[in-house]
Parts: sequence; C-alpha cells; structure tokens
Amino acid sequence: MRADLEIIDEWIQPNIRVLDLACGPGELLYHLINHKKVSGYGLEIGSEDLNTCIQKGIPVLEQNIDEGLQNFEDQSFDLVLMTHALQQFRRPDLLIDEMLRIGKECIITFPNFGHWRSRLHLALKGRMPVSEFMPYNWYDTPNIHFFTFQDFERLCHEKDIKVLRWAAVDGHLKDHWWIRSMPNLFSETAIFHISRKA
Amino acid sequence: MPDAIPVDSVGLVTPQIAHFDKPLMLTCGQTLASYQLIYETYGTLNQDASNAILICHALSGDHHAAGYHDMADKKPGWWDSAIGPDKAIDTNRYFVIALNNLGGCCGSTGPTSINPETKQVWGADFPIVTVEDWVESQARLADLLGIQTFAAIVGGSLGGMQALEWSIRFPERLKSAVIVASAPKLSTQNIAFNEVARQSIRRDPDFFDGRYLDNESVPTNGLGLARMLGHITYLSDDAMGAKFGRQMRHEEYQYNYGIEFEVESYLRYQGEAFTKRFDANTYMLMTKALDYFDPAAQTNGDLAAILSRAQCEFLLVSFTTDWRFSPERSEEIVNALIKAGKAVSYAKIEATEGHDAFLFPIPRYMQAMNSFLTRIADQVMPSASQGESEHAR
Repeated sequence: MRADLEIIDEWIQPNIRVLDLACGPGELLYHLINHKKVSGYGLEIGSEDLNTCIQKGIPVLEQNIDEGLQNFEDQSFDLVLMTHALQQFRRPDLLIDEMLRIGKECIITFPNFGHWRSRLHLALKGRMPVSEFMPYNWYDTPNIHFFTFQDFERLCHEKDIKVLRWAAVDGHLKDHWWIRSMPNLFSETAIFHISRKA
Repeated sequence: MPDAIPVDSVGLVTPQIAHFDKPLMLTCGQTLASYQLIYETYGTLNQDASNAILICHALSGDHHAAGYHDMADKKPGWWDSAIGPDKAIDTNRYFVIALNNLGGCCGSTGPTSINPETKQVWGADFPIVTVEDWVESQARLADLLGIQTFAAIVGGSLGGMQALEWSIRFPERLKSAVIVASAPKLSTQNIAFNEVARQSIRRDPDFFDGRYLDNESVPTNGLGLARMLGHITYLSDDAMGAKFGRQMRHEEYQYNYGIEFEVESYLRYQGEAFTKRFDANTYMLMTKALDYFDPAAQTNGDLAAILSRAQCEFLLVSFTTDWRFSPERSEEIVNALIKAGKAVSYAKIEATEGHDAFLFPIPRYMQAMNSFLTRIADQVMPSASQGESEHAR
C-alpha cells in the first residue's frame, strides 16, 4: 500500500462507517474493509476504476463530486476520506464544508505546492512546476487549484475547523524529522485529520 | 436464423412447464387455485444448488431469454446479448432460470388461459397480479427446482422491481440483486403513460370489455397504439433522431394523412408486429403491476426503512438518456440502500438508446454486470468456479 495510505490506516478505528471520495481503484477502502471491518462506499467517475472496485467487491458509486453530495445525510458517516484529489475540484472550500457535514471527521491528503522544489522551479525557470508526482502541464492538469500546506492550515483556521493531527511526507511518501519541522517547505504530500470544533 | 449456433450462445433450448396446485393468494384478495409457469434454464445447476440466477422480465418480456427454440428462428431470446457462455451472465458458471410471469401470454397462466371454474378463457376476468405475487410464484418455482438461495436475481425495468421485491420479501434467499434501469415506484408521468396505453386498448371497439377472444376479435388498433406510445418512451429523442431524422417516404410532401416520415412507418410496424405476439389483457395487467408497485408504502414512504430488511449485495445500473426510468430513479434506490447501510454499487452508463439501453450489450454495462457476478460466483462457490472454468476450456 502507498505510504501515505499506511499513515492514514494507522489513524482509522476499526468497524466505522467510511465514505471515500474519489476512491480510484479502491486500494485504501479494500484494505479497510478487509482488515479493519469498516463498512463504506467509494465515489468515483473513472470507468476503469469503477470496474476495478466492483471486481474487488468494494461498494462504489458512480457520482460526480463536483455536482454535489446532497444525497448524503448530515453526519451519516464516521469518516469521510479524500486522498490526493481535493486540488481537482471546483470549490475545495465548499467541498470541505460538505465533507464535514456528512462525516464526523475527515482525512484529506493533498500535494503541497509549497515544497522547495516547486518554489525553486518557479523561481529559477519562471515556469509552472512539473514534477514526478505532479507530471502535468499547466494546460492539461486535472489539478485546478494549487495550494500549500500553510494555505490549508489557514483555511482550517478561517473556517474554525479543528486539526486533530497532521503528517507530512516526501516524494517517496517517507516521514522525516526535517519534514515535520518545516512541512511547508519539505513535504510533498500533506495529510490532515480534521473535524468541526465541538 | 443462425446458419450455425454462435459459440457464445446457450444453443437450442426447450421451454418447460411447472404446475402448481397449492392455491396462490393474490394481493388483490383473489386466489388462484392452480396455475402453471413456463420457464427455460441455461447452464447446469451445481451439486449444492448455489449457482442459480433468476432472470425477471419486464413489461413485454417472456421466458425465452436466451438461445434458440429452432434452427429456423430469426432471432435468439430477448436477452441473448447478456446470457451465455462467457457473457456477462456466464452460463459456464451459472445456472440461469428465466420464466414467463403469471398473467403473461407466453405459456404461463394468464388471461388467455382457461378458467377452471367456468371452463372458459379468463380474458379480462383474470385477477390483477402484482410484483409481490410474481415474487411469491417465483419462489415456489425455486422450491420446485430445489433452489433455496439464488446467487443473484437480475432484472431490468419492471424486472428490476421484482429483484428489489425479492430482497425485501425473501432476504435470506438471494446473495445479490442486479437492478437495471428501474425505479422504487412509478412516477406520476409513468402512470399517466400507462393509463393512455390502457385507454387506447379499452376504447378499441374490438376489445369487447376484454372478452375479445370469445368474440373472435383482437383489439389490434388499441394494442398497437399502446405499443407505439410505449415505444416512443423507451427510446431517447437523440436515438430516434439518429435513426430516422426527418427521412421521408416520398421525395416531396404528399399533404395527406398517409405515411410521410419514416418514423411513422416504423412505429406502425412496431405496433402491428406487437399485436401478433402479445395479448391485450396481459398488457393491461402488466401496466397495472407497474403502477401498484411501491414497497416503501409499507413504511410510510420510507424506502430505506423497508430496504433495511435486505441482506444481499446490490448492483444498480442506469442509463444517461433513459427518461422513462431516469438515472435519478435508480439513485433513489441507491441512496435508500446507503441510508440503510447496505452493500451497493452503482454505475451510470453513458448510452444513447434511452430506456431500451438495458437490452443492448453496451460494453461498460456488460463489464460491470460481469465483474459483479464473477465475484459473487467466487464467493458462493469458491472452489467450483475454478474447476468449471477449467472444464469450459
């Protein structure tokens, strides 16, 4: 399993109800269903990913997240997950509100555009960063919102969202002390576990 | 006819008839003292009878779902594209049963059968049967065939309603339900379409209040008209446009009421062809079964509450251009299942064919059904499935 998913796995309690937004081929959900006995659903629109989930027996729903999540009731899931997808949606801020409406807690992972390599790329080359992890050109990227570790923290603060814990990892999804000390500069992937303040 | 039976066909099949003498109490309050069901089977039932799939048909379907009755047949069964060796509903793995529902006109007891009490054709006196009655009679057929639990119950449209009813009525008797292009109940507009269809039949002077067989007549105009209307609602605007556009019969307008546009000719042909194979009373009865279906009525309209009884896994499929049973209607079922915490997957398939899409072998649709049923097969017969696929090779 991808290392960021392993970190998330450690944070998740067994036997809970999980909604995984943009679940892809369902790697994390498959693990959680089979090893942590969670019940849950994935949302996806990629037809190959959908089929992979059906093959593996992961309950998956073909639903476009940008068209809304009104069909899910308030606080109807223990946890709403979104790994490496928030930057692809039209209004990440409203989506986070929706996630916290549906789930008691949320775990969100995203690529940190504040990473030193991205900064250096832009500063020296004067062009939008293209990396191994984010291999797209500006015009064809599905990632329509670029934001940093700090941007996300600030949004949480503005929205009065409680950060239960966070982790920051490098391009190989490894955790190091220097990343933890300066996550905005050194992390390539940020992982946040959030909830509404009681 | 096929010059040779295609390799992915179930081949030549012979319908069978099951007689039931145990009276069947119907939802409407009447009782059928005895009745028969005609059915076909494809594939082989395994030793522990764990590999059975029941196919439920829609409004005008029947028991002939796959294969050929005769080498002279022009067409195979109505769902041959989905049922067969290595097809989405794989007869190498599964034992598939398709029947003609009670009230039908293709060999099961219905309006064209003889009423044992009066020794006359039932006609319009045949009691109205509901989806619940069908499911009850299907369960009795399963008993007769020695099937306690189905691996899957599969149906499109009205057939999907039967699969849904199974999951509520006999939750322990199915491992999975595949519900395609269906709805938890009809919309007002759907009931309205059905009423126009019924009125066009009833107002045909050849209908004789449903006793047309006694009067040696057939309400072909009314039934044909009902089918024409139905047919329009099964297609999408785009599909009709692509198929016919404004293609004309003649080079110039004729300025009369004959056939000007090809679509008119097509609809007349469809309507007329239907009257040769289908009974008007059965058509009326099937539309009533559709209208009455509303399982959530038992729980004050709360679909999730009634579906909380279900124990099986679900696969729901809808089609983007289906406006008779739109994706939103399938999503009502999906959302209720989520609320009830049931295992459900849902695929919304891009298709141009409208409601009729459920009868077409659209690759993504077939793939989703196949992936789902393959995993169910591995689950219900973990060792056998491997052995059988070896055998199939």
